[in-house]
Amino acid sequence: MEIVPNILFVVALAAGIGYFSANVRKLMRNIRLGKTVRVDGPVSQRWKNMARIALGQQKMVVRPVAGILHIIIYLGFVIINLEVLEIIIDGIFGTHRIFAFMGGFYDFLIGSFEILALLVIVSVVIFWLRRNALKLQRFWKPEMKGWPKKDADWILYIEVILMTLFLTMNAADLRLQELGSAHYEMAGAFPVSSYIAGWMSSWSESTLILVERGAWWLHILGILFFLNYLYYSKHLHILLAFPNTFFGRLTPQGQFNNLESVQKEVALMMDPNADPFAAPAEDTPPPDKFGASDVMDLNQIQLLNAYTCTECGRCTSECPANQTGKKLSPRKIMMDTRDRLEEVGRKLDANKGNWEPDGKQLLDDYISREELWACTSCNACVEACPVSIDPLSIILDMRRYLVMEQSAAPSDLNVMMSNIENNGAPWPFNQMDRLNWNEEN
Amino acid sequence: MEQEHKQTKGAKVATMAEMAAQGKQPEVLFWVGCAGSFDDRAKKITKAFVHLLQKAGISFAVLGTEESCTGDPAKRAGNEFLFQMQAAVNIQVLNGYGIQKIVTTCPHCFNTLKNEYPQLGGNYEVLHHTQLLRDLIRDGRLQVEGGSFRGKRVTFHDPCYLGRANGVYEAPREIIRKIDAELVEMKNCKERGLCCGAGGAQMFKEPEKGDKDVNIERTEQALETQPDIIAAGCPFCNTMMTDGVKNKEKEARIKVMDIAELLDGVADL
Repeated sequence: MEIVPNILFVVALAAGIGYFSANVRKLMRNIRLGKTVRVDGPVSQRWKNMARIALGQQKMVVRPVAGILHIIIYLGFVIINLEVLEIIIDGIFGTHRIFAFMGGFYDFLIGSFEILALLVIVSVVIFWLRRNALKLQRFWKPEMKGWPKKDADWILYIEVILMTLFLTMNAADLRLQELGSAHYEMAGAFPVSSYIAGWMSSWSESTLILVERGAWWLHILGILFFLNYLYYSKHLHILLAFPNTFFGRLTPQGQFNNLESVQKEVALMMDPNADPFAAPAEDTPPPDKFGASDVMDLNQIQLLNAYTCTECGRCTSECPANQTGKKLSPRKIMMDTRDRLEEVGRKLDANKGNWEPDGKQLLDDYISREELWACTSCNACVEACPVSIDPLSIILDMRRYLVMEQSAAPSDLNVMMSNIENNGAPWPFNQMDRLNWNEEN
Repeated sequence: MEQEHKQTKGAKVATMAEMAAQGKQPEVLFWVGCAGSFDDRAKKITKAFVHLLQKAGISFAVLGTEESCTGDPAKRAGNEFLFQMQAAVNIQVLNGYGIQKIVTTCPHCFNTLKNEYPQLGGNYEVLHHTQLLRDLIRDGRLQVEGGSFRGKRVTFHDPCYLGRANGVYEAPREIIRKIDAELVEMKNCKERGLCCGAGGAQMFKEPEKGDKDVNIERTEQALETQPDIIAAGCPFCNTMMTDGVKNKEKEARIKVMDIAELLDGVADL
């Protein structure tokens, strides 16, 4: 029955990848609930941004401590995952260390994986301490209560477990190689696990095989579990950071989009030949909703932004409103958008893909008006995001809904707007007095 | 040609209507903005900038009573209708005069004219006044004879709509260095500059409930640099920082000044 582990492995692999792909399809379905959006600008610039910001981690190092630790973990995972390729081939064909034929290069690879694994463990421990011992403020804001806090800690625990399993597996393998056990030919360099192997010096061959096989299986099953954990976690950023930076804005941050639906209306109002009493043609579709009150009113990039957010809170810690104790937190805007989108997705699943209004929406049920009106549109959150998320665009779209669909602006702002309408300035001054300064000294 | 347009210090500024009546086209339109037209403090900035343009012998004009709000605060408040109405009217006026180049002392007008008008049919070269002043100094059209600010500690508050929004960080700083002042940076500056609290239409409403006002937080950051002068490049930031300094009862010792005012104090021919 030599073949049983191979079959079990293939089944586990297929189940892990299959379930993950199903969730990816669900994620794409949910993002497509948003409005389509024109992706302007040179594609070459978009690739460059992705290479610089996601692959190159450029914006992470604005905060050097977190940035460098993050780069270590990032490199660790990218590079150590080369080892997963070998594990998968070994698992399917029942081989052991199939790449060992590479000789010195293989030793170099395994050696560097081990050093990275150790560095990852050290970085993760520091990250855990920053969250739970130093209690950095941005990790303890109100929106982090409950699942977001647990999620963040879980990710750190899983990473330590995976790295420990990897090193344990190598340590037992090294002992077995030294004992000349069958199947365990000499291969690899073990700069880190050789220390662990020291503690295993008195263990019998069968114990070592049990530990080596156990760690090998738990490691790959752990990776498959982690892969499937992503969809339910903020950790999704490890994948979505790439498309998200690709679709990030290329225009100046100060440039807010001009609503095309409004452009049509304004053109009509300005047209001296337009008949103000004309009945709309029968086949005229109802006018577009202005602004956003729910996730379906947002565009697909904004929804991708929500799934990409890893809740690091750099946006919130740079936000002038949040710094001065207001309720607004740009991170919460993104978390709320994702939570509401997931809720809509679950209701779609329960309803065989048909949407029936559920009496809830993003506005008020998730994001309060007080939060929206506290924004100074200063773009600090947009600048701070290491993966090109734009919380400000969501805030603006929701303000547009409040003002243009609900006439629900704060009364001070209504005064400002009627001044602009009546006399072309936000204050009640006569437009004919605009040049008075020219007469004064 | 240049000489013909050259205006002397203290002379009244021509309007586009007057220029057009004489068949003249100025080199640049000075977009004054609502604050620069009506706010008593901001009017001083307008006048200082006009002095500088006159000293440099730039031919320029203003729209005067034909100017209207760009629509920036309406747009940031969410009233896209009102913004686009304002834009449509302003673009008609600007295009009617065949305007090519605009300079403004207000970063909000600057951002809106530069970034949001083109799609609606208004295409102009738009400069913030600190950019034009820097260019005039570089080209030698504006002579700077430092002295009165030598050794003075000046910290520059980046306006969000000039800095982060449009990536202009160096023009105002170059001018501060040119007047021999000692430029001192706040802990949050340039890309990480902290808002004064006025943007996004906040200028026109009461702040939401919180621990403190944004302008107080920013003023505290400015005071940490032990400045003699807090320099600004935006009439709204100027108001917010001035209020902040008063709140800290430091107005006797620390002035809040626009870059144009700093330069107007030292530039001479």
